[in-house]
Amino acid sequence: MAAHNLKHALFCAIVTLVISYPILGFNLESQGTSVILEGAKTSTVIGVLLAAVIVFLFQLFRDNVMGSLRQLPAVNPLANRKPMEQSRRLKLESALLTLMVIGALIWPFIASRGAVDLATLVLIYIMLALGLNVVVGLAGLLDLGYVAFYAVGAYTFALLSQYYGVSFWFALPIGALLAALFGLVLGFPVLRLRGDYLAIVTLGFGEIIRILLNNMTSLTGGPNGIGGIPDPTLFGMEFGRRVKEEGNTSFHETFGIAYSSEHKVIFLYLIALVLAVITAIAIRRLMRMPVGRAWEALREDEIAAKSLGLSRTAVKLSAFTIGAFFAGFAGTVFASKQGFISPESFVFLESAIILAIVVLGGMGSQMGVILAAIAVTILPELAREFSEYRMLIFGAAMVLMMVWRPQGLMPMRRIHIELKPQE
Amino acid sequence: MLEVQNLSMRFGGLLAVDQVSLDVQEHEIVAIIGPNGAGKTTVFNCMSGFYKPTGGKILFEGREIQGKPDYKISRLGLVRTFQHVRLFGRMTVVENLLVAQHRHLNTNLLSGILKTPNYREREQKSLDRAAYWLNRVGLMDMANREAGNLAYGQQRRLEIARCMVTEPKLLMLDEPAAGLNPAETKDLNQLIISLKEDYNVSVVLIEHDMSLVMDISDRINVINQGRPLASGTPDEIRRNDDVIKAYLGEA
Repeated sequence: MAAHNLKHALFCAIVTLVISYPILGFNLESQGTSVILEGAKTSTVIGVLLAAVIVFLFQLFRDNVMGSLRQLPAVNPLANRKPMEQSRRLKLESALLTLMVIGALIWPFIASRGAVDLATLVLIYIMLALGLNVVVGLAGLLDLGYVAFYAVGAYTFALLSQYYGVSFWFALPIGALLAALFGLVLGFPVLRLRGDYLAIVTLGFGEIIRILLNNMTSLTGGPNGIGGIPDPTLFGMEFGRRVKEEGNTSFHETFGIAYSSEHKVIFLYLIALVLAVITAIAIRRLMRMPVGRAWEALREDEIAAKSLGLSRTAVKLSAFTIGAFFAGFAGTVFASKQGFISPESFVFLESAIILAIVVLGGMGSQMGVILAAIAVTILPELAREFSEYRMLIFGAAMVLMMVWRPQGLMPMRRIHIELKPQE
Repeated sequence: MLEVQNLSMRFGGLLAVDQVSLDVQEHEIVAIIGPNGAGKTTVFNCMSGFYKPTGGKILFEGREIQGKPDYKISRLGLVRTFQHVRLFGRMTVVENLLVAQHRHLNTNLLSGILKTPNYREREQKSLDRAAYWLNRVGLMDMANREAGNLAYGQQRRLEIARCMVTEPKLLMLDEPAAGLNPAETKDLNQLIISLKEDYNVSVVLIEHDMSLVMDISDRINVINQGRPLASGTPDEIRRNDDVIKAYLGEA
């Protein structure tokens, strides 16, 4: 063991102590009107010390530990097999996807109400992440204010229904198009920006939208939000117990079945599912079209792309616009699902989570992004007891991913293109 | 077809290019040579729209193009390569060629999403064109490799193929032989001549490899310290005393 290993391990242990002792080792107790500082319980102090010792030992024997880990026989028996043939893989993939969609269609009728509700949220996040994937994963434009477009979609529906009584189905395209317009508007000032600078401006844009919604009290109700957003209807059939709007019928009466509040939840889930599938297919197509390749070309080398006649303006704006469009979709569904929205739902943390989904899933990879969206949305629900440590776990997961799989869960795979041999 | 008149480019106090003139006729290979830092690439950058020249005119097929944005110039049929290869590294070789053909595939979004027959037909055409050029530069076997993983010589050839699928009228090559071994240089030599002979493309190239320049150029322009030093056929240049002093070196 080299001396510098010992030094390093000592240093790490001290850092652990310095960081954790002040946080965990002291308690603030209120006595009457004053607050006094007390030492924590002995068990906590021992825990902190133990943690420091563990860190010290791990760092001291790090090389051995990591080395023996590497020598473990491959845990994954599939790791060394040959890659599948292209045509077979494609067939398998499409079969698997079809099965997944069919399963997702049947599933809500057997699952519990809460699970279906959560699944709707997952689908909304899938839409958002797929949209952001266009901007970040394909076009390489780091957008930290993506939630703004989500908010635009949600508020469009909320405001239209409140002031003009517009129904979900009309508001859906309007919300998406308005969000796309906002994407276009944001695109113009940031055309020349890249990397960090772009991130800062988009971050600012996201905050501007949220603060605007918060402060335009007369229009948006400010922090009180907007409630009473109607549920979607199925060909004029409402899902409530009683019909709210003149001329509509209710779903359970039309079909002569007993009223159940589950109908509405399932219906919303199915809408979200259809929209998510449409989003996935549309973006999948776009990726293989000239515009999709242009996004990637711009990410890879802006100068070369321009020298081949690609207009930077058009390519960047199209990425922003299309990304925002799908966020608008998701926003409208979200507003309808919640029935109530306020600026609280559109804080920076949302942007960060969506971005985390894209990064975790693998930039540019649709399957990866979908898997990551499911994982990131469902895991916190499963680990409700740890909800205080949610962000801690989230952060740790991100760090671990960056160490072990920096390219994401399922990195993007290039599309194999068959060429006809030329004479 | 291309005429550069009294081109000047000033960066602050530095006059990088001073009153350079040159012209390229159809069906011609013109070389620009000169010592390092002479301003050759700056001339290129002005011609391809990466810089806005501070003085002079650039006429392409009779139209003034100086100061136009780069992507518009390339759409006119004036396409360039770079001194350091600039491929789309994480995209496959075919995709590199397809990106370049975006204008031939200029369809609206909807027809692409719905895969209309018209769209398919155009896509097939651009695939065929890509296949043709891959064959031509001998990269057919690499078609689905990532461009960044190719050997350097292959990357060079791919860059030229990527320019050619745009069907340019004038090709500008910035040191195409840099980093190639003698055998590869010879292949390149033949490729450039065939571009002129078989595809009727004019070529302007910057090059330090004198054997390549002397072999294939119809005319040569020599630039030294931003100023034009001489121009003429390879034979004239070889015998020009100024050029020998400044660049070729006395034998």
